[in-house]
Amino acid sequence: MKAWNSRKKVLLLFCTAAVLLCAVAVAGIFLEGRAMQTDFSQKNLAPSLQYPFGTDWMGRDMLARTLTGLSLSIRIGVLTAAVSAVIALAIGIAAALLGPKVDAALSWCMDLVMGIPHILLVMLISLAFGRGFTGVVAGVALSHWPSLSRVIRGEVLQLRQAAYVRAAEKLGVPRRRVVRRHILPHLLPQFLTGLILQFPHAILHEASVTFLGFGLSPEQPAIGVILSESMRYLTTGKWWLALFPGLALVLVVLLFAGMGERLRRLLDPASAHQ
Amino acid sequence: MKHRLQFAGKKLLRMVLLLLGVSLAAFLLMSLSPLDPLQTNVGQTALGSMSPEQIEKLQDYWGMNTPLAERYLGWLSDALHGDFGVSLLYRQPVLQIIGQRLANSLGLLFVAWVLSGVLGLALGVTAGCFRGRLPDRLIRGYCLLISSTPAFWLALLLLMVFSVWLGWLPVGLSVPIGVEVGSITLADRLYHAILPALTLSITGVANIALHTREKMIDVMESEYVLFARARGESRRSIVLRHGLRNVALPAITLQFASISEIIGGSVLVEEVFSYPGLGQVAVDAGLGSDLPLLLGITVVTAAIVFAGNLIADLLYGVVDPKIRRGAARS
Repeated sequence: MKAWNSRKKVLLLFCTAAVLLCAVAVAGIFLEGRAMQTDFSQKNLAPSLQYPFGTDWMGRDMLARTLTGLSLSIRIGVLTAAVSAVIALAIGIAAALLGPKVDAALSWCMDLVMGIPHILLVMLISLAFGRGFTGVVAGVALSHWPSLSRVIRGEVLQLRQAAYVRAAEKLGVPRRRVVRRHILPHLLPQFLTGLILQFPHAILHEASVTFLGFGLSPEQPAIGVILSESMRYLTTGKWWLALFPGLALVLVVLLFAGMGERLRRLLDPASAHQ
Repeated sequence: MKHRLQFAGKKLLRMVLLLLGVSLAAFLLMSLSPLDPLQTNVGQTALGSMSPEQIEKLQDYWGMNTPLAERYLGWLSDALHGDFGVSLLYRQPVLQIIGQRLANSLGLLFVAWVLSGVLGLALGVTAGCFRGRLPDRLIRGYCLLISSTPAFWLALLLLMVFSVWLGWLPVGLSVPIGVEVGSITLADRLYHAILPALTLSITGVANIALHTREKMIDVMESEYVLFARARGESRRSIVLRHGLRNVALPAITLQFASISEIIGGSVLVEEVFSYPGLGQVAVDAGLGSDLPLLLGITVVTAAIVFAGNLIADLLYGVVDPKIRRGAARS
């Protein structure tokens, strides 16, 4: 593969990961019916060719349940990461541009959010929204912005000192226009990387909060629900109930993390000529 | 010295304000909840068979009839006098419950905190100094894997391997079942804390190691290290004399910032191991809509986190002569 430089290889890996994740998300939607199907003649089966992930105590196919759970996780992860990244962008820009008072107030808010242990905060927000799907989405989306908005705030503060931004300001270009034309385009790489690197956190927190019972309802085949159900059967040696769903979740999170890392490398100007 | 005190005073004031904010935020979030505490704790069927007066009484008990502002101000003035109210689920003073549970958790948290800090620093320094070579790749791979693994699943795996298959360690709880309180030895407690502490340490390492590695790479590429190499200093002496000193400051920040993560992780890990610590009681309080208890736990954990940040800020001055002299000059 001489014709392929390292940028193209990175791009290929990035696309493969994206396609894989989309495939899982779509497969999960189609398998939702099978994931709920019970068959009491086939219960508590260890992994075999017919049931690669085994079956649970109600004879449900663990492979279908795992895929459905992953699909739910991916969809919730994408939604929450997007919302929290947009919040982070807005707050980061506001803190950097709207003067020292707003900056102090917003920094105080960031410290506040970061002061409460993350899981506890997600739990609290999820409670405020009445648990369930809305609870999880709100909890994860509203608690993940501070770190990214700090990065964006720092970036904007630097950009403000750039010659072209100062020139535009001196020329009397309205602030809105300066932000849209000169600042936002420069933030795009940071923002996109930050967005994709939020996915792993979002997915892990969704699973954790659901596992604790503050998230998706027990009827839904989410990974957190599957794992918390598996706890009851661990001591009787049903290892496949916990091993495979968790492993699959780790793989999905790794894929997202890998995508973020690849994207960062692609967008990094220093590596443009490799 | 005066400046240091002034600096500490300012930080302390900020911390108090943040704690106030935390308590208000937590209070608002919990009281905004559309979940009916009567439905979750008493149950639909029991409620149906009750007279309206009884239900009224219960609603008063769960504080559903008092206006928001009045409830918060009442709580706040009591809290400032050292009374965090009475838990609705356990019917014990909140501070007493938190004290008991924190005593259970504290050893666990502390061991995990120290272990993950020391291991993370060691791994990060090693990876940074062998950048791109085998040790670096192994350590980076490990960190990536661990940071993509949910803490509770790792806890489940360890439980499966060490308690169910090998039978070396107990399945849960902090003390053996069916034994009198008096005859529980320290060894029993330690024996039950091994797995939770191990899980927490394993997960805590990744973040610290990765950040330390970045910093170490910066140091190794700096001109003073190049000069030291040109002078013929050995790698060992470079790491000890230049690397560790320059990594110390960010390492302190990371170490104290990880308190929040360790507490968060303990919520999950304690739930898996049924370890009766602060994290487990937080989950119970949340699921049972026990407002005073969850509020108390949130404020206490936030206070621990902020205290950690404060200590880190004060330690900078002790560790870094530049900051010490800078503060004295200004």
